[in-house]
Amino acid sequence: MENVFQENQTAQPVEKAQKPKKRRVKESKGDRVYYIVTYILLGLLAAIVIYPLYFIVIASFSSTDAVLAGKVFLYPVDIDFTGYVKVFRRADIWIGYANTIWYTVAYTALSVVFTLTAAWALSRKTLPLRKFWMFFFTLTMFFGGGLIPFYNVVSSLNMVNTPWAIILPGTVSAWNLFMAKTFFQTGVSDSIIEAAEIDGANRFRLFVSVILPISMPIVAVLTLYYAIGQWNSYFNAMIFLQDEKMFPLQLVLKEILTASETTTGGSGETILEQFRLANQLKYVSVIISSLPVFLLYPFVQKYFAQGVLVGSLKD
Amino acid sequence: MEKIVQSVAEETAAATERKKSKFANGKFARNFKSNWTYLLFLIPAVVVTFVFAYIPIYGILIAFQDYMPGDSIMGANTIWVGFDNFTRFFNDYMFWSLMGNTFLLCILGFLIGFPLPILVALMLHSTKNKKLSKFLQTVFNGPHFISLVVLVGMLYLFFGRYGLVNNIIDAVGGDRYSFFLESKAFRPLYILSSNWQDFGWSSIIYLAALSGVDPAQHEAATLDGASRFQRILHVDFPAISSIVSIMLIMSIGGLMGVGYEKVLLMQTDGNIDTSEIISTYVYKKGLTGLPDQGYATAVGLFNSVINLALLFIANTISKRFSENSLF
Repeated sequence: MENVFQENQTAQPVEKAQKPKKRRVKESKGDRVYYIVTYILLGLLAAIVIYPLYFIVIASFSSTDAVLAGKVFLYPVDIDFTGYVKVFRRADIWIGYANTIWYTVAYTALSVVFTLTAAWALSRKTLPLRKFWMFFFTLTMFFGGGLIPFYNVVSSLNMVNTPWAIILPGTVSAWNLFMAKTFFQTGVSDSIIEAAEIDGANRFRLFVSVILPISMPIVAVLTLYYAIGQWNSYFNAMIFLQDEKMFPLQLVLKEILTASETTTGGSGETILEQFRLANQLKYVSVIISSLPVFLLYPFVQKYFAQGVLVGSLKD
Repeated sequence: MEKIVQSVAEETAAATERKKSKFANGKFARNFKSNWTYLLFLIPAVVVTFVFAYIPIYGILIAFQDYMPGDSIMGANTIWVGFDNFTRFFNDYMFWSLMGNTFLLCILGFLIGFPLPILVALMLHSTKNKKLSKFLQTVFNGPHFISLVVLVGMLYLFFGRYGLVNNIIDAVGGDRYSFFLESKAFRPLYILSSNWQDFGWSSIIYLAALSGVDPAQHEAATLDGASRFQRILHVDFPAISSIVSIMLIMSIGGLMGVGYEKVLLMQTDGNIDTSEIISTYVYKKGLTGLPDQGYATAVGLFNSVINLALLFIANTISKRFSENSLF
């Protein structure tokens, strides 16, 4: 039962297609050139992806002056942790952190529940008015009211400057919904449902005690998608929240990271001095804010990729 | 994606069949009686979608009104102005620059952002060392999870006046360049950083399709003397061509649909000439300063109608020349 998903896993991009290659007679010259060029290009791409991230890390504990003077390239210079000390002293970052954690937890919990239940219903052929409901959700992928009417709805519900404005809208994404629906259609066999129904389980019991336990892969994918989405978002918070005590981390970061570049006024020197002080703080705050995501990333990345696949794979 | 499209199509077909049935009503009633509990599962999602997606669609009506925040949309005092807000936009001195900026940002992004993931997927798929390929995928997907705020923050750090890039320029004897204060630099910065962030993620879908290629085809082609490169052209590429056309339709549908979230973060007084696009203009007109919401909504509606039309055109063209279509 649970291995439909695992089949997907093995059907993942890389694995197949290579078995027969071992007994190839010999590589032609053209092929060798092809492989050399390919490996060089892929290596270059990897370097382009990794280096900026690596630089942020080494710059975060090099001295500001060394970074600004361009002495830091491959390794940290004049190791200096004042940036970290400064970040630890900034209350706004930690308040933002706490806010983000609670917004993310609440939003993700609601989203996963709403999406899973609806996806389960949509995956049932016997759902009354099924075609209508499919259309109801599909339409939102292609057309919407736009920013201003959306803002006005949230505002008329008196949600402006409350956490609800961050948590409630966007709890059901049509993409994720259809992804979960596809999972249920391909991953849950009818026989198990029939068996449970013969045993007399009602639909809610069936969903909670039979379907959910075998649907953990899709629960994982949805949780990760929604959680990362909320963790990284800033825009709704920017338009709906005025009280700085409620700001999520990304909004605090936005002030730190993009503010000084547009600052005008003051003599050139004070600007430069401010810039110098702010600079290290920026490197450190990038790291502190992205750390949770990147610590989890290597462990959960296969689930992310699976999500894309469930939504797209022809089986 | 295709799966979704496919299942939507299936359902439409199934529904027309159901309609044909003489006993549709009786069947419906019987089905409803035994299966109405499924509807309870739908309630939360339907409510949320109705409130936050459908009521805003109703709110579009203010595009045809002289609307101030707090006015009622369908009240006695509602001032209906027909298409005035639209004609105002068409005659706005910003109109052509907004259209041009939006279109250029999208089309230039598309020219790099569309082929790059395909090439990367083909290259990754052709590597012989599968462990390496998996590792590279992990690396390439990583930046997708960086938040926009952090990504743009990194851009400021790297391309700021005293950032890494300018330090390098300085070191090789060039003049420091304020990337964020020059309108010329906005599009390259925006597009290259978007590609940096998402080329790996976008390649997943192609890699998935490539994994479905029958190895026997490669074997046969090799025996026929095809080089690795020829096999990519004649075995691998045909296998992903239907996904490619679906993605192409989607990208064309998005050619005027660039969002405001990243652009707003990158906008400075210095680059506003190229960085002001329709969606950021809507945001500013509608939610900042003295809001002009009817007008802003009209501009937004105009933009989404264009998007829908582009999507529809792309879909029709693709339908005519191949059997691939989105709907």
